[in-house]
Amino acid sequence: MTLFKNVFSHAYEDNVRAEKRTPRHYWNPYLVGMGLGVVLLLTFVIMGRGLGASGALSTVVAATVNEVNPHAADNNQFYRNYIPENGESPFKDWLVFEVLGVVLGGFISGTVAGRTKIFVEKGPHISTKKRFLFAFIGGALMGFGAKMARGCTSGQGLTGGAGLSVGGWTFLLAVFIGAYGMAYFVRRQWI
Amino acid sequence: MIAPFYKFGYFNSEVGLIVAFVIGIFFGFFLERGGFGSGRLLAAQFYFYDMRVFKVMFTAIVTAAVGLYYLAWIGFLDLNLVYYGETYIYADALGGLILGMGFVIGGYCPGTSGVAISTGRIDAIFYALGGFLGIFVFGELYPSMQSFLNSGYLGKISIPQYFHLNYGFVILVVILIAIGGFTLVEWVEKKLAGKYEEVE
Repeated sequence: MTLFKNVFSHAYEDNVRAEKRTPRHYWNPYLVGMGLGVVLLLTFVIMGRGLGASGALSTVVAATVNEVNPHAADNNQFYRNYIPENGESPFKDWLVFEVLGVVLGGFISGTVAGRTKIFVEKGPHISTKKRFLFAFIGGALMGFGAKMARGCTSGQGLTGGAGLSVGGWTFLLAVFIGAYGMAYFVRRQWI
Repeated sequence: MIAPFYKFGYFNSEVGLIVAFVIGIFFGFFLERGGFGSGRLLAAQFYFYDMRVFKVMFTAIVTAAVGLYYLAWIGFLDLNLVYYGETYIYADALGGLILGMGFVIGGYCPGTSGVAISTGRIDAIFYALGGFLGIFVFGELYPSMQSFLNSGYLGKISIPQYFHLNYGFVILVVILIAIGGFTLVEWVEKKLAGKYEEVE
């Protein structure tokens, strides 16, 4: 019952905020979750595959390596996976187009809601420089981990999770263990 | 069965790219609506005081999982043609652990960093640059890690297949776990209300 009440309480808050002309509140999480779930389901139905993200970053890295040193890229199975053998552009790739859409979709949503502005997001107790450093380190760990697990929160977590994949759920569990285990040590950054 | 459409050859891969772009727009839209563009909100779930991201993520997984099961059950969708990653149990676990640590240190994951950048977060640019470096380091180390990465291979396998359980039964268990989880985090959020500065 509490769950039910929570689903609808946000609709009222949204109206109050809109009247005050402040950036609007995020949508109710359960409704957004259903929306996201339907998008994922449509992807399965239309394409027979799920959503992803880190694959697009890998394409950029592999294409760069291939540009700088084609020999090295050719000798490495990991890079080779992202370089089409028929000489087509590596950027003519499903995930690359999907991620371009994500960037645009996020921009549309944020701008319509009055949330798009240029700033550095961080907790109140950390300097901007440190935040940049942490973001960079976190990004590097994410990139490495996502490639090791052959997918990130979207590709393995959402997609594998919805498909009830053994690997997907193992991955999800590990992500939460890793994040909750690490959270204490970086708490100054966020809270 | 008529779905997945692409696998039945209703359109070619060029059209698939347009589909990818359109689906991406909706994906990005809902991510932003859910607060996934905000690194502080994403990190908040690891301190239990705002569990919005957890709620969105698990509602999405349950919705899509139920939908997949239902569409397969009515004979609309061939579940065998739906692709998701094959399981390499050790690499999945260790990769997830490393990514989870990166998640709370950096504040984003790959998809959400795209939304964060397009809504103006400068820190997310550093995050993405780090991501490129991490992937490059992985690529350079790939040959020496290959035997580990390919160990524990189980193929494309679902939990019901692995434990020899009924698919619908597992779906039911997942729904029950989700409802239990949601009730729990709602309660925890109330307990911690006002303890930390609210994220906007």
